[in-house]
Amino acid sequence: MKNLFSLLLAALLTALAAPASALNIFACEPEWAALSQELAGDKADIYAATTALQDPHHVQARPSLISHARRAQLVVCTGAELEIGWLPVILRESGNPDIAPGKPGNFEATRYVTLREVPTVISRSEGDVHPEGNPHIQLDARNYLPIAQALTARLAQLDPDNAAFYQSRLKDFTQRWQTAIARWEKQAAPLRGQPIVVHHKAYAYLDNWLGLKEVAELEPKPGMQPSVAHMSQVLQQLQRQPARMVVRAAYQSPEPSAWLSERAHIPAVELPFSVGGDDQAKDLFGLFDDTIARLLAGLK
Amino acid sequence: MFKHAILCAALFAPLCAQAATDADLRDIRTQIEQLKKSYEQRISQLEQRLQQAEADSKHAASTAAQAQATAQQASRPPAAANSFNPAISMILSGTYGQFQQDPSIPATGFAMSPNNNSHTRSFSLKESELGITADIDPQFRGVATLSLAPTGGLSAENAFIQTTTLGNGFNLKFGRFFSGLGYLNDQHSHTWDFVDQPLVYVSMWDNQLGEDGMQLKWLAPTDTFIELGAELGRGLGFPGSDRQTHNGPGAAVLFAHVGDDIGYSDSWRAGISLHQTKQVNAVSNNVPDLPGTLGGVSNSFTGNTKTTGLDFVWKHAPNGDTTITNFKLQGEYFRRQENGMLTYDIAAANTTDSYAVTQSGWYLQGVYQFMPMWRVGLRYDQLDPGTAQVGALNAANVISSYGYTPKRSTVMLDYSPSEFSRLRLQLAQDKSRQGLTDNQLFLQYIMSLGAHGAHQF
Repeated sequence: MKNLFSLLLAALLTALAAPASALNIFACEPEWAALSQELAGDKADIYAATTALQDPHHVQARPSLISHARRAQLVVCTGAELEIGWLPVILRESGNPDIAPGKPGNFEATRYVTLREVPTVISRSEGDVHPEGNPHIQLDARNYLPIAQALTARLAQLDPDNAAFYQSRLKDFTQRWQTAIARWEKQAAPLRGQPIVVHHKAYAYLDNWLGLKEVAELEPKPGMQPSVAHMSQVLQQLQRQPARMVVRAAYQSPEPSAWLSERAHIPAVELPFSVGGDDQAKDLFGLFDDTIARLLAGLK
Repeated sequence: MFKHAILCAALFAPLCAQAATDADLRDIRTQIEQLKKSYEQRISQLEQRLQQAEADSKHAASTAAQAQATAQQASRPPAAANSFNPAISMILSGTYGQFQQDPSIPATGFAMSPNNNSHTRSFSLKESELGITADIDPQFRGVATLSLAPTGGLSAENAFIQTTTLGNGFNLKFGRFFSGLGYLNDQHSHTWDFVDQPLVYVSMWDNQLGEDGMQLKWLAPTDTFIELGAELGRGLGFPGSDRQTHNGPGAAVLFAHVGDDIGYSDSWRAGISLHQTKQVNAVSNNVPDLPGTLGGVSNSFTGNTKTTGLDFVWKHAPNGDTTITNFKLQGEYFRRQENGMLTYDIAAANTTDSYAVTQSGWYLQGVYQFMPMWRVGLRYDQLDPGTAQVGALNAANVISSYGYTPKRSTVMLDYSPSEFSRLRLQLAQDKSRQGLTDNQLFLQYIMSLGAHGAHQF
């Protein structure tokens, strides 16, 4: 009991001693941590709740996540029910009403872009469907422009003293990002119209941006594990309608794509999927540089 | 449009020319010539504009998407579970059980504890759980878990209110809830890793300690998870005896939890708990005695009960991604001290004297997901009935020491096609009853319908 008490006391003192100036941001996924970093620079203390090697649908509501949410002034998440299996528990248990849904401290990126693949039939018999639409918006570089704008407005709202700083960071980011988009679109021109197979239905936005054509998924239904029975069907389909590669995210098991790759004689391409998904995807720019480079390598 | 005009002029000009005079012809020719010139000019102008537009369009596309999204931001409401309707979920579960011994026999030395181990022979429907959750207003959130007993009847398993705006790490809960002590106590049965609760939970908490009362939790503002909780309740759940003639709280709980991550792959939580209550005229039936009364006797106990507990859980997943493989190790220890007056054989002898006993129990279990959808689990349970200090009047009646350590080993295999369905096989060798080794077999299904509840750690 004595030990616990001294631990608590130490904890309290550390908490009080911590500089209160930096805006405390809790980012649900690494891409939003990276975007927050671009926009807030050293004015924010950013905690990324997950890494690119974790399936964002299935994250444990770990004690460390709850304790980090407790002190957050802003949570930056994807929304559209991507985090429904874990975030509600964290927000509730944190005892921090500032980051509750609907509060200025709760930012959902999917609210600022047009969601694709909004299901017409909402039934679990269709697998892990998201009623609001496909939440994997982070692979269309163009989506970051409106999200960055909205996030900057939110940062300025929560930390008005630094509003001008955030605005100038946004201006700078937007400029660099638009140049990069033009470059990526040029580089990715050979990908236009190319048929691909994907592990999980997580590439709707990438496809729409770069013109890739998704012809099949390894998962029989979104969120269901790939089965040999289903993949055999995909293999048969590929004989009639060939694809150039089979694409998966860094956090997904390589086995199903390796199985198909070997039999359909098409390359298996692992994409970083988010910042930190591989050594090249160190920031948002690296994420897209590497994603496009890997897709182009898949064509060869 | 103008393309058509040129075509028409070109096609019909020779026809017209035959009938017309030379002067007319010249006129027509100059007119056509002029037409041609003006159209060529306009075409080249249009071509230039088209090229320029094409160049601009790529740039415009991203700007347009941006504008559209910004416009949308204002119009799209935030996500809500069925607007004002509460989120509703239903758990359906059933088992098939096969036992060599009568499942109603209690663990040796624990006849004064309830023994609702929920073991039923053959096919049986388990409790169907109806969950209803919604924000009530900006301050409160309501949670109800109604349990439909397979034999009929509806009971409120949980029905509580949670505050949502206290802030500073405080959470207040009031109503009927599962106590926050230990690790397993506040987890609903559909999330259990085995068909049944560990023996120590069956004997010390009647499976799960539920309470009518209030709970205040405080989370420290630190990177390390430190949570303190206190509860006051009526003493509804065992070892409380639900004193309805008494004002003021009948049971109190204190608990503390500490947790953190170790790198990306490992996380843990550990806790200590303390529970105190007073039992008043708590009657237990079929208690074995020293004279060896057939079928045992009914005793009554009045006194203080203090239970302390330790719990820990450690979870491992490669890179923190649980979808392919993961491992969970958990263990809990509880020690209960009872001190008061025992009335032996209330139906006949009815002799009352002092009685004090310290009993304990623990379990350790590991669950390993060795491939997606498949998990295997191993659990070991042990109880210590302790040695009772029995007052002189009952020295020849009440058994003070059983000299036996109840234990059980359990293994399970489960298959979850999705996170909403689970099928389980469980085998156990139960030696919790002296001389009555029981090899048990269970088959179980657990299915959840409706709203997707988030899972706690």
